[in-house]
Amino acid sequence: MVLSGKRLTVAQLDRWRWLWHLLLAVPLLYLLWQIGLRPEQLGPDPAKSVLHFTGEWALYVMLAGLAVTPVARVLNQPAIIRWRRAGGLWAFTYALLHGLTYGVLYMGLDWQRITADVIEHPFVWIGLLALVLYLPLVITSTRNWQRRMGRNWVRLHRLFYVIGVLGLLHVTWLEKVGLLETWPYVAAFIILMLLRLLKRRKPAAVARHAGSSS
Amino acid sequence: MLIRHTDPEAPSGSDITPETAYRQRSRRLPASDGGAGDPWAQPSISRRHLLQAGAAIGAAGLILPGTAQAATRIYNPEAERPDAPAWLRNQIARRGVATNNPTGETLTPYRDATNYNNFYEFGTGKSDPADKAGSLRIQPWSVRVDGLCDKPGNYALEDLLKPHAMQDRIYRFRCVEAWSMVVPWLGVSLGDVLRRFAPKSNARFVHFTTLLDSKQFPAQRTPILDWPYREGLRLDEAMHPLTLLATGLYGRSLPDQNGAPLRLIVPWKYGFKSIKSIVRITFSDKAPVTTWMGMAPEEYGFFANVNPAVAHPRWSQSRERRLPNSLFSPNWKPTLPFNGYARQVAGLYRGMDLAKWF
Repeated sequence: MVLSGKRLTVAQLDRWRWLWHLLLAVPLLYLLWQIGLRPEQLGPDPAKSVLHFTGEWALYVMLAGLAVTPVARVLNQPAIIRWRRAGGLWAFTYALLHGLTYGVLYMGLDWQRITADVIEHPFVWIGLLALVLYLPLVITSTRNWQRRMGRNWVRLHRLFYVIGVLGLLHVTWLEKVGLLETWPYVAAFIILMLLRLLKRRKPAAVARHAGSSS
Repeated sequence: MLIRHTDPEAPSGSDITPETAYRQRSRRLPASDGGAGDPWAQPSISRRHLLQAGAAIGAAGLILPGTAQAATRIYNPEAERPDAPAWLRNQIARRGVATNNPTGETLTPYRDATNYNNFYEFGTGKSDPADKAGSLRIQPWSVRVDGLCDKPGNYALEDLLKPHAMQDRIYRFRCVEAWSMVVPWLGVSLGDVLRRFAPKSNARFVHFTTLLDSKQFPAQRTPILDWPYREGLRLDEAMHPLTLLATGLYGRSLPDQNGAPLRLIVPWKYGFKSIKSIVRITFSDKAPVTTWMGMAPEEYGFFANVNPAVAHPRWSQSRERRLPNSLFSPNWKPTLPFNGYARQVAGLYRGMDLAKWF
């Protein structure tokens, strides 16, 4: 399904991009507000609460980032695709905060323990691997890098899908009841990936429908 | 037995259960002849064991009769729930109030002990149980007792508890997820209750079941666990004086989120053994397949004794986060074998490979 309607220009959409950033920043602002003004809301193990919160939002924002392309297609507003980058960068911000919370607040920067934990527990190193793989994407996220790398930029940024799988594996593995707890995220991810595959299979059909009602 | 007067946890003379009580206990305990190394075998209960058991009670808290209110309060009693029946209020009021804290560690505040809970019947989040509490109807409540015993039946909670004196028990509580609390529970010795049902000589295990009712436990509509929740103990573990059939904490009856109106507290085992909202007790000659064992047998064993030397696949068990902590100080503490109750309970597992029988 593709909606009809006037296509907005890049300039028109860019006027609203701050709203998208603000939306993605709301969870972080909420967390900072809790830490600063309502610490009791974080419960008796606040570091663990922050750890869960940042991890969960890394996942949500990653899924939101993956949803940008299909949404742009459905709304028939290709300019929205420019908002993907914000999704990716904010997901990284939450993932990085998650990693820092783990090392600094949760483990208390006890390197010996951290090393042991990473080695002994697959879900920890899978999470760490996802974060490490994310770095080159963040570094090359600028328009300048995009131009310089050309086709390779697209290839490199397909890593995002791998990172998504690793992130889901990380949380599913660490949850005591596994998929019974995380299936909504996994299902959302699979749907978002299927939408991409369908689009690739039927490029002609999409092109034909683009711009017309269906 | 040597009473070590230098040991701060050693009981004073008045804390030791009277001699006649020991004798009755050993007479009523089922005979067993387990060889060393057989995990299902109960070691024969020697007099020495029972003396240790008596010491265990002493270690659980210096208990005074309710009438002799202590000058020094270990905690301030919390407000009772409005739907607590009068008989329960009275029995709690007459309890033996703790006058010292044998753990020597700071109590976890009531607020934290009742707002940070694992009780999947209300949801998997730590605050779900407290947020969704209120749906549990604790009156009427009855417990079905069946299996290998001479006095099976449906017992109203009042009849189950009335013959027993309640007392405070301050215990460390260690979750398998590597966090821990220190909680002033109150209740009655499970062994004293079980003995009244006259277990048959071939009964070797006690199975427990949580209430199954998705109207009262909304999360039972979702398949996150194989409902109803089931747990179990070897009979000698169940009879151990440290094992508490808890009905309250902080001087009041249990809130929904802590397993109202009746739960187990087995302080030397991981928290998931301490089943909540019990509606059925079954004596059996077989070990139960408990809920978590059924979910992930390689992660959760039948014994689940707190053991810093045996790691869980998800968590190292060598240390624990004592709650509450703060954002910049995680308050890690080394985990003690049998959660600090080794002196009282290690004998139950003599000759067993604790890495194999985790």
